[in-house]
Amino acid sequence: MINRRDFLKFTVKGIAGVALPLAAFEIVNPRKLFADKSDTSRVRYVFLIDTYKCVGCGMCVKACKLENEIPYDANVTRTWVERYVITKDGKTFADTPKGARDGFTTSRIDLGMGKFQDIKNEDIDKAFFVPKLCNQCENPPCVQVCPVGATYQAPDGVVMVDRDWCIGCGYCIMGCPYGVRFFHPVYHTAEKCNFCYHRITKGLKTACVDVCPFGARQIGNIKDPNDPVTKIIMTERVGILKEEYGTKPQAFYIGLDREVK
Amino acid sequence: MVHGELWTLKELFVYPNEYIYWSVQIVMYPFMTGLVAGAFVLSSLYHVFGIKQLREMARFALVFSFALLFVAPMPIVLHLQHPFRGVNIFMTPHFTSAIAAFGIVFSAYGAIVASELWFLYRKHFVEVALPLKEKQDKGLLEWLKFFVFCSLTLGVYDVSEETLKRDEKAIRVLAAIGIPVACFLHGYAGFIFGSVKANALWMTPLMPVIFIMSAIVSGIALCMLTYIVTMELRKWVSSRKKSPYRYSESKQELAGVEVNVIKITAKYLLMFLVLAITLELLDLIFRGYTAVKSWDVIRSVIYGRDFTDIFILQYAIGNLIPLVLFLLPGLTIRRAVLGVCFVLFGVFMMRWNVVIGGQAFSLTFAGYMHYHLPIVPYDWETFKEGLAGALSIALMPFPLFWVMSKIFPVFDAKGSH
Amino acid sequence: MKSHVLRPLWVVLGLVALVLIARFFYVPKSFGIHERGYMYGWYRAANVDDWKKVTVKYQGTDYCKDCHSDKYESIMTTPHAIIPCEDCHGPALGHPSDPPKLPVDKSRGLCLRCHTSLPYPTSGRAKIMGIDPDGHNPGIECISCHNPHKPTLEGLK
Repeated sequence: MINRRDFLKFTVKGIAGVALPLAAFEIVNPRKLFADKSDTSRVRYVFLIDTYKCVGCGMCVKACKLENEIPYDANVTRTWVERYVITKDGKTFADTPKGARDGFTTSRIDLGMGKFQDIKNEDIDKAFFVPKLCNQCENPPCVQVCPVGATYQAPDGVVMVDRDWCIGCGYCIMGCPYGVRFFHPVYHTAEKCNFCYHRITKGLKTACVDVCPFGARQIGNIKDPNDPVTKIIMTERVGILKEEYGTKPQAFYIGLDREVK
Repeated sequence: MVHGELWTLKELFVYPNEYIYWSVQIVMYPFMTGLVAGAFVLSSLYHVFGIKQLREMARFALVFSFALLFVAPMPIVLHLQHPFRGVNIFMTPHFTSAIAAFGIVFSAYGAIVASELWFLYRKHFVEVALPLKEKQDKGLLEWLKFFVFCSLTLGVYDVSEETLKRDEKAIRVLAAIGIPVACFLHGYAGFIFGSVKANALWMTPLMPVIFIMSAIVSGIALCMLTYIVTMELRKWVSSRKKSPYRYSESKQELAGVEVNVIKITAKYLLMFLVLAITLELLDLIFRGYTAVKSWDVIRSVIYGRDFTDIFILQYAIGNLIPLVLFLLPGLTIRRAVLGVCFVLFGVFMMRWNVVIGGQAFSLTFAGYMHYHLPIVPYDWETFKEGLAGALSIALMPFPLFWVMSKIFPVFDAKGSH
Repeated sequence: MKSHVLRPLWVVLGLVALVLIARFFYVPKSFGIHERGYMYGWYRAANVDDWKKVTVKYQGTDYCKDCHSDKYESIMTTPHAIIPCEDCHGPALGHPSDPPKLPVDKSRGLCLRCHTSLPYPTSGRAKIMGIDPDGHNPGIECISCHNPHKPTLEGLK
C-alpha cells in the first residue's frame, strides 16, 4: 500500500519526467524550425490581375515574348489572354488566338480547325478578358514531379527551370493544371513564366506589368504589408484558379467569373 | 513548329501551350516495361512456386526478359529532348517524382535478372570456357568466345553438385525478390500517370495496379508467342534434316511438350486477364457514378471520339475475344497464337488509350486535341516520334534475344539447371 | 566455396561505386537541398544567378521622355498617355547605341488591338472608342488620318 505523500511525490515526478521530453520535442519540432527559417525571407512575390480592366490588347503577350526571348512566331508563350463571351442563351464561347499575341482584332470567336463563331453584340450577356500566367504556386506540382531537380522554387516563391540541367522529359508540363508550361523551341527544355526574374530582382516590375496601359496586371510582395497589391489581396474580394488541386496558386484575380477555365 | 505542334490538331478552347507532348514513344515505354515485368513473373512462377510444367518456358522467359530490359529504356531515350542528359536521373534523382524511380528500379531489376541468369547458366559458361582455355592455337572468333565466357564465369570454375545446389537456392531467392521488384518496375510506370492530378483521366489510385496486371498479361502473352514461334522453327528444322542439336528430338516429341506448356501458361494468362479487365471496368464505372467536374469532357472522349479505340479495339478485340478463345475447351496452338496476338494488341491499345486519351481533351475541359501519328518519316523528329520509331522499338527485342541466346542458350537441355 | 554465391553482388556493388564516383565529378557543387526543402528546393543554386543575368530589354517610358520630349509632351495630354512608348515601338534595349532606330509599326493591326469595337458588358474594352475593322476604311493604314501621339480630333489629318 502506498501512502499519500509517496503517491503525490511519485505523481509529481512522473508528470515532470514526462513533461521534460515533451518540451524537448517542442523545441526540436521541425515544423516550427522551418516556419522560423522561412520567415527570414522578406520577399514572396504574388501577382494581381484585374479582369475588369483588361481590354485584350495583348501588349503583355508581345512584351513578354520580346523580353524573355521566346521566338515571336512560335505558337507558345509564357503568358496569354483568354476571351470569354457568355451569350443570352446560356452558351459560353472562349478563345485565345495565338495567345492574344496580336490582341483581339475581331469579334468572331476562333473555334480552331478553321472555324469561327459570329456573335451579335445584342446576344452578349457578359464578356471579358482573362490574362493568365504562371501562378508560382506555393505547392507547385510541376516541381514535385521533376525527376532530376531541374525545376525548383526559389525562396522568394518564383518557380524556375535550370536550362542546363533539364532533360526534356515533359513531366512538369503534364503536371501543371494551368497549362503554363511548354518546351522552348530553341533550347528544347521546359519553359514558363518566371515573373521576369531578371527584372524583379533589380527592383523593376515584370515586362507585362510595365507595358499594360490599363493597370490590369500588378506584381507585389505579400510579405510587405504596405505593398498596394498586398492591401488589395487582403481587403478586397479576390479569386484564384483551380483551387481544388491544392496547388495554392499565388496569382489573384479581381472579377474572376465562374466560367473561367 | 514547336514540339508537339506537328501531330496535334486543336479544337474549340485549348490553352495556347497545350500540345500532345507525350506521344507514341510514351505509349511504347510502358508497353515494353510491361513485357519485361510480365516475362520475369512468368519465369518466377517456375523458380519460386515450382510449377514444373513451366520449366522450359522459365528459362526462355528469363532470357527474353533480359533482352527486353535493354530495349525498354529506348523509347525514353528517343523521347527526351536532351537524351544525353538522361544520366541526370542517376546523378541527381528527385525522388518526389515517380520518373526518378527509373534509375533505382531499372538498375535493381537489371542486377537481379543478370545475377539470376549467371546462376542459371554458370555451368554452361564453365563448360565452354574450360576446353577453350586448354586449346593452344585459337582463331580470332575462338579468342573472342574464350574472352567472353571466361569473364562471364566471374572466376568461379567449381561445378560440383554442392555448388550447383547452392546456385538453385540463389536462383529461388533472386526470383522471389525479383517478383516485387518487377511489379515495382511496372507499378511505378502506372504511378507516373496515376499521380498526375492535373490530368483528369490519369488521376486514379487504380492506375498502378491496372498497369501491373496488364503488364503481366502482355509479358506472358509475348513469351507464349515467341515460344510457339521458336518451337515451330525447331519442329521444321528437325523434320527437314538431321537435327543440328546434340539431342535430336523428334517432331512429335517437340509438339507434345509444346502444347502442354502452352496450356499451363494460358491458365495464368487467363487469370491475370480477368483481373486486368475487372480493374479497368471498375475505374470506368466509378467515374461515371461519381461524375466529378471532368466527367462531361471525359465522357465525350470515352463514349464519343475514342469509342472505337476503347470499346472495339481494346475491350472487344483485345480482351473479350481472347477471353473466349482461351476459355473454350481443347486449346490448340493455332487458337493460342490468335489469342496472344489479340491480347498483345489489347494491351498496346490500353497504353494508347491512357496516354493519348489523357491528352485528347484540354485542361480547359472545353476543348479537344487530335493526335495524328506521323507515318512517313521525313526528318529525325518524325522518325523518332512516329510510326517508324515505334516499330523499331517493337522489333528491337528479337535480334537482341537472338544474340543473347548465343550466350544463354534457351533450348539446350544440358547446359543449364 | 560459399563465397561464390555472393560474387554477382560484388560486381553490382562495384558498379554502384563507379556511379557514385562519376557522380562526384559530374554534379555541380551548388546542387543540393535549398530553402524550400527536398520536394521544392532540390536544385543547382548557381542557376538563380544565371537567370538574374538575363539582359533587360524594356526600359520604360522614363527612358524615352528626355530625348523624345516632343512626342512625350504631345501624347501626355491625350487618352494615349497611358500607353508606354515601348508598347508600340518595341523594347528600347540599348537605344540609341544599339539599336540606333526603333521600329515604327504602321500596320492597322497595331491599332486594332484596342480599337476594334468590342462592346463587352463588364469589360473595360467596352469603354474604348472603336471601329468595325471591315467597315471603317479597310486596307488603309490608320495613321494616314490619325496621329497616334495626338489621337484627338485636332490631331486628325
